[in-house]
Amino acid sequence: MYFNANGEKISRARWKEMYNAFKNRQELVKAGLTSRRDLMRMGLLTGAGMLIAKKGLSSRAWADTWGSGSCYSGTSGCGNCASPTTRPWVMNMPIPPVKQPIALSALTGPAPTIAPNNAINPATGIAYEGRTRAHQSPIGSNGNLPFPAATVYQVNQQVANVSMSPDLPMQRLWTFDGMSPGPTYVSHYGTPILIRNYNNLPSDNGGFGINSVSTHLHNAHNPSESDGFPCDYFASGQYYDQYYPNQLAGFLSDHVSTNGDINEALSTLWYHDHREGFTSQNVYKGLVGHYILFNNYDTGDETTGFRLPSFPNYDIPMMFADRCFDASTGDLVFDTFNTDGILGDKFLVNGVIQPVLHVSPRRYRLRWINTGPSRFLQIYLTDLNNLTTSQPFWQISNDGNLLPKPVQVPAVALGVAERADVIIDFSKYAGKTIYLENRLLQPNGQGGPTGSVASPGKGFLMLQIVVDQPAATDNSVDPATLPSYYTLPSVSGTPRVSRTFNFDQGRNGQWTINGSLFSCTTPRFTVQQNSLEQWYFDNGWNWSHPIHVHFEEHQVTQGAPGLYGSSSDDSWDYSKYGNQYCWSGCTTKAPTGVNLARKDTVRLVPKANATIRMRFRDWVGRYVMHCHNVIHEDHAMMLRFDIATTGDTKTNP
Amino acid sequence: MPEVSRRKLFAGFAAAPFLGALAASGENPAPAPAHKFAPRVSGREMMRRRYFPNFELVAHNGMKMKFYDDMLKDKIVLLNFMYADCQGVCPTITANLKHVQKILREQINHEIFFYSLTVKPETDTPVKLMEYAKMHGIHDKYWNFMTGKPEELDMIRHSLGFADPDPELDKDKARHSGMVRYGNEPMTLWGMCQGSGEPAWMAQEIGFAIPREFKKHPAINE
Repeated sequence: MYFNANGEKISRARWKEMYNAFKNRQELVKAGLTSRRDLMRMGLLTGAGMLIAKKGLSSRAWADTWGSGSCYSGTSGCGNCASPTTRPWVMNMPIPPVKQPIALSALTGPAPTIAPNNAINPATGIAYEGRTRAHQSPIGSNGNLPFPAATVYQVNQQVANVSMSPDLPMQRLWTFDGMSPGPTYVSHYGTPILIRNYNNLPSDNGGFGINSVSTHLHNAHNPSESDGFPCDYFASGQYYDQYYPNQLAGFLSDHVSTNGDINEALSTLWYHDHREGFTSQNVYKGLVGHYILFNNYDTGDETTGFRLPSFPNYDIPMMFADRCFDASTGDLVFDTFNTDGILGDKFLVNGVIQPVLHVSPRRYRLRWINTGPSRFLQIYLTDLNNLTTSQPFWQISNDGNLLPKPVQVPAVALGVAERADVIIDFSKYAGKTIYLENRLLQPNGQGGPTGSVASPGKGFLMLQIVVDQPAATDNSVDPATLPSYYTLPSVSGTPRVSRTFNFDQGRNGQWTINGSLFSCTTPRFTVQQNSLEQWYFDNGWNWSHPIHVHFEEHQVTQGAPGLYGSSSDDSWDYSKYGNQYCWSGCTTKAPTGVNLARKDTVRLVPKANATIRMRFRDWVGRYVMHCHNVIHEDHAMMLRFDIATTGDTKTNP
Repeated sequence: MPEVSRRKLFAGFAAAPFLGALAASGENPAPAPAHKFAPRVSGREMMRRRYFPNFELVAHNGMKMKFYDDMLKDKIVLLNFMYADCQGVCPTITANLKHVQKILREQINHEIFFYSLTVKPETDTPVKLMEYAKMHGIHDKYWNFMTGKPEELDMIRHSLGFADPDPELDKDKARHSGMVRYGNEPMTLWGMCQGSGEPAWMAQEIGFAIPREFKKHPAINE
């Protein structure tokens, strides 16, 4: 019996046709024939941009690509992204400033309220606040959760002119406080904060983006109404008070006496817009920022606790992104009607194309975040004068959560939204110039990475690191001594329910979970508060999806992916179709190394599957699970699930 | 990749050789713009050039309409693809869109233009589309069923992202009716929603593409 991508029964002949089409396309991808010019050269594309009917070619080859030309006629310029040239290593890598709290009385507008402030603001004619649900109990009635929080911030989402390269015009971005990435929040466990989040974005969007927003703190253990649920978007002219408890998971349930489970501590988070249907546009337009959480172990001071390099001098957050610019105007461009995934040809770190970072010859903690929109990364340290020697470093977190111990790695693979904290000892490179290099090959927005990695120095150099600053005392612990961080919490109990999720393509090249598109109004299933669940992820066909679950960290118990290129397996070898297949850890294989970790985003490679286990403690309300290729998310590979005191047992929701 | 960018880099430096010399020696050149750019294009103009070919289509009442000039320009629109003989989701979505239209009319002082474009222009003549409209009880000057030259409709379909990446699957016409694009052309707000979604929710989604002054009461999103 044969099935198509929709799970509908089809004839063997039809299946074979689809299979052959797939193989044909792989051939072309393997041969590196992905640009329009290549297709022209092969005689596969006519001058008018129409594809010659070779089975398996992407019908979108002339529609999903971009540049300054028209994307429906296939005229030149609308090939794979062809940005103007920019000189690398000219601008310093920006390090966003730490966001400073203000006095409660200094907030603009009325004082914060537990219930949403629906009073009409005479200045705008609409409600002051865009929130629709009250801050949930016990906020305001629990000693750990005072309301308003003692620490209060106000942030403004606004348009600003920002430089991404001296060789490009100023870009009109949407920002937090005039910056992209926005200011970095530095919080401490046990200290709740309230952020008054003002939307002052203009109605003139310059071509893409929508000036209604919902800011998600990825992947905080937050009550639903402050999570940045995609459908909690609010209008320009409104504020939304977000209450971040900064409490360890379990603090209201199974770890009350210790105020939560220290082994569930999070370190490196990030905030980004999550507006339903427009996440990709708004994130691409600049609405992202760092959020760092410290506690009594991970202190930000290298003389105390785990003695990790001190913040902010030796602890530096870095957001990676890729973008495309119009060849004629130099303006940032977005491919609005692309439903596959969009790749830029310019690599940004903290908002600047190929910047420079000057460091001292000592250990640094770098917090890496892949903000997409669609590109997967595998980041190496590259010494261009010594390409034959591997340059290992230490990974200390996975998805921003400290590992049980540091793991020495040759590289870090990051799907969109995945994070890794690493420790690099630059004393080995004193006086030298080295680079962060993405060597993962991904020919276009379709599918995902090929699985192959470029040879050293032949990938994309993203950041130049010049080790030319004065020597500095280093009180941080050498990760080679294998210090212990947190213990991995046990997930060995019996799950209350096991659910299966299939990630695939539906009609129109749209993206589905278990065959359905996202709906704001319909929770697909309800999790019982304070219970353990097991979720089985099954990826279809030939696409990669980084799957993110909101709310609480999970552990991948089976099927966690390894580094690309490090396995003899090759997912593009379709002869394995029909067998149980996964990248480097088949479903029987337990995680090891950096995969022995708490995560919030699972990288599903083609035809892979993975099993996760997670708890849903303390809070209730609406949450989502979605593909973090934000193009897929918007089209609409996302589902809403609710957490409530009574859950259901739908196994295939 | 590095070869290409180096070549491009040198081409850029031909106009400013002293910068090239510095870069070659590994020094950071002084930040100075290396390009002269064309003036910024408005988002609206960019969208028009990139995605909206101005092909002439024919409505079910026989009226000729240009895709950009007559169908999209200055309008708030809703676009979907269908075909008259469709036995799958098309009738469901058409019925659903009628609800959406009704809700929007109650809440908005402004017409939204609905366009249902056929994926089978070879067989879907205006007469056939007129029959389809009648069958669904649609007698509405703001809802047009469009046909036209097959290759032009195909380009529009691809341009708007209503295509399957697999051309084999793309040939299956039944696959092109699930999604609805909506847009506010002058404001360059373009989104999509599920054609079979809950009508009230779809109306709310689309409502955010509608300026407040067009709304009868601020129930939609605000």
